Parts: sequence; C-alpha cells; structure tokens
Amino acid sequence: MATSGEIVLDVEGLRMRYGTTDVLHGVTFGARQGEVLALLGPNGAGKTTTIEIMEGFRARSAGRVRVLGTDPAHGTEQWRARLGVVLQSWRDHGRWRVRELLAHLGTYYAPYSTDAIRRPWDTGELLEAVGLSEHADRKIRTLSGGQRRRLDVAIGLVGRPELLFLDEPTAGFDPEARHEFHGLVQRLADDRETTVLLTTHDLDEADKLADRILILAGGRIVADGPADDLARRTTAADEVRWTRDGRNFVTSTPGSTAFVRGLFHAYGEEISGLEVRRASLEDTYLELVRQGEAAAREAKAAQ
Amino acid sequence: MIPAMTPAATALRAGWARGLIELRQSFTNAGDLLAHLLWPVLMLAVLYFMRDRPFGSEGLLLGTLALPSILGMNAAMGMVSMAQTLTAEREDGTLLRAKATPDGMRSYLVGKVVTVAGGLFVQLAILLLPGLLIIDGLAVGSLDAWLTLTWVLVLGMLATLPLGAVLGSVFTSSRGQGLLQLVVLGMIAVSGIFYPITSMPEWLQGTAHFSPVYWLGLGMRSALLPESAVSVEIGGSWRQLETVGALGAWALLGLAVAPFVLRRMARGESGSSVAARRDRALRRIG
Repeated sequence: MATSGEIVLDVEGLRMRYGTTDVLHGVTFGARQGEVLALLGPNGAGKTTTIEIMEGFRARSAGRVRVLGTDPAHGTEQWRARLGVVLQSWRDHGRWRVRELLAHLGTYYAPYSTDAIRRPWDTGELLEAVGLSEHADRKIRTLSGGQRRRLDVAIGLVGRPELLFLDEPTAGFDPEARHEFHGLVQRLADDRETTVLLTTHDLDEADKLADRILILAGGRIVADGPADDLARRTTAADEVRWTRDGRNFVTSTPGSTAFVRGLFHAYGEEISGLEVRRASLEDTYLELVRQGEAAAREAKAAQ
Repeated sequence: MIPAMTPAATALRAGWARGLIELRQSFTNAGDLLAHLLWPVLMLAVLYFMRDRPFGSEGLLLGTLALPSILGMNAAMGMVSMAQTLTAEREDGTLLRAKATPDGMRSYLVGKVVTVAGGLFVQLAILLLPGLLIIDGLAVGSLDAWLTLTWVLVLGMLATLPLGAVLGSVFTSSRGQGLLQLVVLGMIAVSGIFYPITSMPEWLQGTAHFSPVYWLGLGMRSALLPESAVSVEIGGSWRQLETVGALGAWALLGLAVAPFVLRRMARGESGSSVAARRDRALRRIG
C-alpha cells in the first residue's frame, strides 16, 4: 500500500512511433499519491496514446514508464486490480442491469482486498455516490448519455482504485451533470488516497479539478504545474482593480497575489472594492500549445 | 475477511456467474427468445413433413434419420454463436472491459462457454422433446443411448467452441462473419444432415470427414437410432472410435490454438481500437 506522497506515476522519455512518424518524443512527468492531474492538448497530440500506454493497453516504443511501481507492459492482474479505467466511450453490457453489472464486476476485486483498502466498493454506496440509485434496476442500454457515463465512472471506481484514469469524462454532459460529476471527483480527491489522471478539452474543468495541469503539444509535455503557475509562464497577466480615496485604479500584473499584498501593506484599510481577474487558463493554454507546436515543427525541419 | 482465492478460482467462479446471468438474460428478452426458438421450431416443422418419407429398403424413415443429425448440427452451430459473439463484443467494448478488470479475460471466456453451451442445451431440449413425439423408430429406451448422447455432446462442444473462439478472433468484421456463415452452411450441406451421406458422391463424402458437423451428426445417430440404421452409414459402421478421434483432434487443435489467438487479440484491444472499429461499422451503415 502506498503511503501519502508516494510516487504513483513516473514517466520518463516516453516515445511512441507509428511507422516512421513519432507521435510522442520523450514525454516526461510524474504524479504523487492523491494528486489530481489534468492532461490537456489538441486533438492528435497523443493524449490517448499516453494514457493507453500507462493503462497497459498499448506497447511503447521507448522510455521508462512506472505505474504504481510497475512497468505497465508487464502488469500482473494484481497490479490491474489497483487501477480504474474510464475510457472515452463504452457501449458494453447493454443488456445488464446497472446494479447487476456493478455487483458482478465488484466480485473480481474481492481477492485483491487488503486491510488498508477494502475491495470492492459496496454496490449500494457506490450507486449513491454517483447518483444512480434510482436507476439501479434499469437496463444499461436504456440509460441516457450522462447516466451511462456515471455508470462508467462507477465501474472505474468499483475496485477502489489507487489510480484512476478518466479519458474525457464529461464529454456530452449537460451543465448539471457536469457539476455533479465535478463534485464526485472532488470528493474523491479530498480523501487524498486516489490519484486521478484525467484528459479533457474543457479548460474550466481542468482548472477546477486539477492540482496540476500538463499540456501535451507536438509530442512533448510543454507545461507542467498548477494552473496559476502556468499563467505566469506566459505573457498573460491578471487584472487588479481597486478603489482608494474615492478613485478607481486598475493595473495588469502577472503576480496578482504579491501585488495585492503590497497594496494592503502600503494602504491597509484605505483599499476598498478590490477585484482580481486572473488571466484565463484559455489564454495561457493557447499560447503554450502554439509555442509547443512551433518548437516541434522547427525540430522536425532541423532534422 | 474473504478467504484468499487463487486467480484461476476467481476466473472460474466469476465466469460461471457471468455465464448464468447472460443465459438468463437471453431467455427473458423477446428478441433472443425468438432466436432461441426460431431454429428448433423451423427444424421441427421440417421433421414433421419428413416423418413419413421412407428411405431405402430397410423400412427406415427419413425423419428418423434426420432428427439425430439435426441435433448434431445444432450442437455444431455453437461454433458460429461463439464466433459471432466474440466479434460483436469486441466491437462494443465488452472485451476491453474484461481486459481492464483483474482476471477479466479468463472469466469472460469461461462465461461465454457457459452461455453458449447452456443456450445449446436448451435448444437441444426444445428440439428433442417434441421431436420424440413426432418421430417414430428412435432407440431412446436404453440408458446407453443417453450416455452416448452425453459424451458425443460434450466432446462436440470441446471440438467446436474453442474453434469458434479462434474464428471469432480471426474474423473481426461482420463481412468476415458472413463468409464464416457461408462456410458453415457448406459444411452442413456436405455432412449428410438432411439426407444420408452414402447417397452423395464419394468425393463429397471424403470432404465431409473434415467437418465436425458430420462427426457430431454421426455420433448423435449412433446414440439415438436403432442398430439396423447403421446400414446407411459409410462402411456400414457407427465408427465411434473414429468419431472420438476426429472430434478429439478438432478439440485439441482448438484448445491449443485458442489461447494463443485470444491472447493476441486481447493484446490488440484498446480504447482507440474499439473506437476505430465502431467508426468503420458506422461508415458501413451510413
């Protein structure tokens, strides 16, 4: 069993080549237990390939990959029992009923239960956690898109995974379903036991859920850090507005927190109407992807 | 605390549970129920019209000869269901789900064998019980007949189900499946199911020896027909040793090749391969 802060994901120099095309050139990143990571990047950047390699579903061309301390290419069933996988779309087991499938899949994890982690997750509790209790006896193929997705997440969680992969978990959700789903991931993250790696195209979602954001562009990780830090690495700046002596002020700064601290230090109670608008993650993301893809093109041209 | 179980035991237990659940589903669902009933009912109708047609000079009736043969053919059709299920469940991601679950692949396969074999047994009963009322001249009074029926069936399933799994992993598209169906129909045609094989040209009789359908039909006839009916068989013998040999050889081949082919197939499964297959399927429809 992993202790808090233990390294759960360790990827170094990961390369993937299809024929003569390199899709990933030396991807490097890691994750500690309990972290929530969001992997962002344009379509075709290799996000799915990266995740599939870590899930043990795809063989890599080169590089070092350790998932829960094991090379996924040689993962045992014991290792498999510690992972949860939620892929982009599932249509399987349409004739099964929701509770029936969850209870059945749970039995596979029982032999891998430990004193620290009781497997599987109780079916009733899990249904409650993903908000499917009232649909427990429905046939799976009659579920709506959002309900089906929540079931997929429940199946990903049924073995109480130490590491959960979520590939575009909220694609096709309505705002309410998205909100509920975010609550579910945040509750998981609060326990600091499950490490989560999710891919998404929704930057607000990444900002809201992830402790750290990874941006994959041109086959490399071009950014790795908390959303706030990423903003600081580009020219995008925060906007700070305040009022003093009845006058309105506005300024742009990449370090809004430090600026505001300075402001209060200098004027204290005189400051009112403070407003900080952070540089949007979108600005940062677009800028970083542009830089990353340009660098990849240059590297290719230089060959 | 749950007692520690070996992975093999888990796979067997979970697979068994899985097979029974899917078997129950297939009998509580209108579409599947129709599929289960259609074939036996159709065959019963055929038998009904054949029942009084005499064959040869021994006083045998065509319907009497055909009933056990049809049972044998039915058992061999498990090969096709197995192949079709594998192809379909690869496309909808069931196999990938199994791969993402600890010990899931093995349980999946155990479950499939339980579902397909269970379905076959039920179909067999649906065919055999009314068949016994329609058809005269069967030798079903002895324990011996039922014992022979049992070993032929078990060996037949061992011969055809692993083979079906191999075919299902090799033919990944529905077009491939169509081809497979054609081959199986051809096999049935040359296997002397609806008409005694000795009335066919000799070269066809030779071909039939490679078909598990022929051996299953022969084995079933040896179980359910009176001794006098042996005269319409090749060489005037039930050739039970040869039946064991031929079905056993198919079983060994299937069991030897299946794990290898299935492992290779499982290795290739990933979210993107499932998505790519689905896109291809949608393009075909659209």
